[in-house]
Amino acid sequence: MSPLDRKLFRDLWRLRTQGIAIALVIAAGIAVHLTMAGMLASLTETRSAYYERQRFADLWASVVRAPNTLGDNIRAIEGVGAAETRIAAPVLFDMDSMAEPPTGVIYSLPRGRPEAVNAIYLDRGRLPDPSRRDETVILKGFAQAHGLEIGDAVRATIRGKREQLVITGFALSPEYVYAIAPGQLIPDPALFGVLWMDRDALENAADMEGAFNETVVRLNRSADPDAVADALDQLLEPYGAPGAITRRDHVSAAFVESEVEQLQTMGAFMPPIFLAVAAFLVNIVISRLVAVEREQIGLMKAFGYGSGEVAWHYLKLAGGIGLVGLLLGMAAGTWLGRAMAVLYTQYYEFPYLVFAATPGVYLIGVAVTVLSVGAGAFWSVTRAARLAPAVAMRAPPPPDYSVSLGATVTRLSVLDQQTRMILRQLIRYPIRNGMTTLGVAAAGSLLVVALYFTDAMEEMIATYFDISNRHDIAVVFTEARPMSAFYDLARREGVIEAEPFRSAAARLQFEQREVRMGLTGVIDRPGLSRLIDDARQTINPPPGGLVLSQDLANRLGAQAGDTIRAEVTEGARPVLELTIASTPTVLLGSGVHMRLEDLSAALGEDRVVSGAYLRVDENAREALYLELKEAPLVAGVQLHELARDNMQEILDQSMGVSVAIYTLFAGLIAIGVIYNAVRVSLAERARELASLRVLGFSKTDVSYILLGETGFILLIAIPLGLAAGTAMAWALAGAMSSDFFRLPYIIYPSTYAFAAAVLIVIGAISALVVRRRIDTLDLVAVLKTRE
Amino acid sequence: MTSDPPCFEARALSKVYGEGHSAVHALRGVEFTAADGELIVILGPSGSGKSTMLNILGGLDRASSGEVYFRGEALHSASDRQLTRYRREHVGFVFQFYNLMPSLTARENVALVTEIAPDPMAPEEALGLVGLDKRVDHFPAELSGGEQQRVAIARAIAKRPDVLFCDEPTGALDSTTGIRVLEALQQVNTTLGSTTFIITHNASVADMADRVIIFGDGQIREDRRNISKIQPSELIW
Repeated sequence: MSPLDRKLFRDLWRLRTQGIAIALVIAAGIAVHLTMAGMLASLTETRSAYYERQRFADLWASVVRAPNTLGDNIRAIEGVGAAETRIAAPVLFDMDSMAEPPTGVIYSLPRGRPEAVNAIYLDRGRLPDPSRRDETVILKGFAQAHGLEIGDAVRATIRGKREQLVITGFALSPEYVYAIAPGQLIPDPALFGVLWMDRDALENAADMEGAFNETVVRLNRSADPDAVADALDQLLEPYGAPGAITRRDHVSAAFVESEVEQLQTMGAFMPPIFLAVAAFLVNIVISRLVAVEREQIGLMKAFGYGSGEVAWHYLKLAGGIGLVGLLLGMAAGTWLGRAMAVLYTQYYEFPYLVFAATPGVYLIGVAVTVLSVGAGAFWSVTRAARLAPAVAMRAPPPPDYSVSLGATVTRLSVLDQQTRMILRQLIRYPIRNGMTTLGVAAAGSLLVVALYFTDAMEEMIATYFDISNRHDIAVVFTEARPMSAFYDLARREGVIEAEPFRSAAARLQFEQREVRMGLTGVIDRPGLSRLIDDARQTINPPPGGLVLSQDLANRLGAQAGDTIRAEVTEGARPVLELTIASTPTVLLGSGVHMRLEDLSAALGEDRVVSGAYLRVDENAREALYLELKEAPLVAGVQLHELARDNMQEILDQSMGVSVAIYTLFAGLIAIGVIYNAVRVSLAERARELASLRVLGFSKTDVSYILLGETGFILLIAIPLGLAAGTAMAWALAGAMSSDFFRLPYIIYPSTYAFAAAVLIVIGAISALVVRRRIDTLDLVAVLKTRE
Repeated sequence: MTSDPPCFEARALSKVYGEGHSAVHALRGVEFTAADGELIVILGPSGSGKSTMLNILGGLDRASSGEVYFRGEALHSASDRQLTRYRREHVGFVFQFYNLMPSLTARENVALVTEIAPDPMAPEEALGLVGLDKRVDHFPAELSGGEQQRVAIARAIAKRPDVLFCDEPTGALDSTTGIRVLEALQQVNTTLGSTTFIITHNASVADMADRVIIFGDGQIREDRRNISKIQPSELIW
């Protein structure tokens, strides 16, 4: 090993704490980039492979009942690549393991051949034997949530009939990647199940002999989904079709799509911020580090090393630090990516989800590291290497403080000399100090943005569950029922308060645009389920007016005052003309709300309800669940508390992990910047500080000068960082909204307090560490050496 | 009647750097006394122990063994805090490389010390004593080497120190400037009565001293008084 390389290793060892701090900054940037970009790539690729392999449908169309012979007509529609007709029926489970009745769907499986569309993925076991009427394949997540095994029996109410079915296999389905009960926001594998049965057996159980009630269609590559949907609707209309839906309106597909979009937004936003901040900091820190080495550079040149060799030596020093950071970041990013993939499979039911960042993702990481470290080192190294050795070895002449801007302020007689030194140091090097300030501010802004997500989620949950929906149970009937059914519910034991609602599937049209969305009829001034806007204000639909959530209004291109057409796709299928009263921004879900009596009148019905919201005495809840489980005309029962817990849990798991990662990495970046700033300041001013000690200044006096500089930078950087974080959160709030939720723009004071506290604590710890070095300054040596 | 204790009194003063085979004996049992107001020039080759001696007397370093007293107060057993206080209240230092704060003007560099001293003179007065009354608002970068060293002297004397330690004060200066600096030191010694120690490699400086001490191999080789001392301007450089 050449002496220069030996020096390299010793220097790296000597600079290890600073080096590690810099490496951590790089690692944080790389890890965030790798985790996010890798996760996005994994999810999109897994999804497209899975959808393709299982022949996932492009269109779904349900009917009340249509003859099986219609299948050929469907397949004959231009643009249809493949079509499958099947029977789908709502299911209410009766599980021993829980009082609340899970809901679900049962589908028919074609006999003797694989499904042409929406093939299930048989994870374990076998398909039902066509000769047996009581066998079923069950959704894997649901089975696992209830501890069911192959061979176990499951009790379910199908179309009012109680059935006992034997499980022959566990399956996954591309239709239930995100397995969620209709109307719910968050999947709970225990609350929603899917069954697949032999066609003949289900025909029998659901009274659908020779008929189907749903068709799923795969399109040819060039087909226009809307055109095919229209043709399909036309064909199926006589059979009571509410209208075909595309993947965009398919719950699972849309949820997965929205997750991909969020990852894309996050991936387009967060990693570049982290990488840019990391690159910027590495640049500052490395250049200051090399500046301190000035004398050694002169010495090396005096020994006969060329400028190129000197520059190369220091580039290797910087490169060593960069390499450590890069490797740490890649290891951490890959590890985190894998951990996140495992987490994803917990609520996204893919048969496999392997985290695999593409080489491109790694290459970007390498490129950013090389550029940031290289550029940071390059300028200061070339500047130092250009100096004549004698000049480099001589202490730099005292920096001239006479020409600084703002020097007059520092002449104020109220200042003591130490404060004056701090201020002049800050003013004398505006670029360097400005950069450090920006670096600290950047770390602070990342903290704010990371924590903003938690705030937004909390706000969303609080608005939706505590303000908007205050019922304990939501009951949905299998079909619209007369008001008496509601009164029957309201009279039940333990029910404190009850509110009816009516919902009707409809196609909303405005000018050329169309959206499929249920109309919801609510009572005047509801108390249990209210529409709440993003300012937590209650929206009460006025008589004769329609309240359309802002996202729907945008999709339709309509605004308040416009009259839209609503084609109701059930019952007598009336076409309504409705005027939009307001378009509030709601945080969770979309919706079209109007007065219950208006909806009834429009539908030409006499006060008919689809379900009810109930507030139930805590002691009576269990008994009521049991009762509702037995009730044949109840399609679904939703438990508010359970839904809230599930939502909270899932957010804690998914968002919580991301937020923890971001917070950790923002913290690492803050450590990297602040510690290095203090440390390099110490290196630059060691001689001055030791001189002061000799002149009779105490350790505390001397620490004040060094740490006052950092304190001052923090003082400016903290508000700057909080402001920048606020602006970034605002931008993210807009970018992250999907069809399912609008990320509210809200930052709790605790977030600001936490971000500021993190910076202050890191500043204080850095100060303490450096303070120990001040205590051990060699007073004698500093007087003898020049620098 | 008991006489006042001497300014400095050192007994069997030893200083060892390092341990075992690599131990360096910088001082080997030095016995030394200095009276108030003396101007003492210390000579000796590099490594002879003169700087070590000065550092111990100035409260920058501690002896390995032996005793040293300043006006009867033990420095060898003083705490860090006491030494800082001793330097702050009694000692002025002038260094070969000036050690000025580049971010402070001449006046502010002096004020740095007068702000923490118990009975200082005005910074302008101290700068006047070294002939820099016209340059008080200049930063170190705007001053020549000799001017910077005179600011350092002004900074050292502004607190009216009882003792003034100068380690190679002219080492980085040309002869004309060096003589101006020595004149300033002598003036301080006579007007303020500060006991003054000047370490130098330049033997001719010895002629301006009351007393000359020559170090060699960690011990005092020679300790003589000048019968007739001469003015710095008369020194043959």
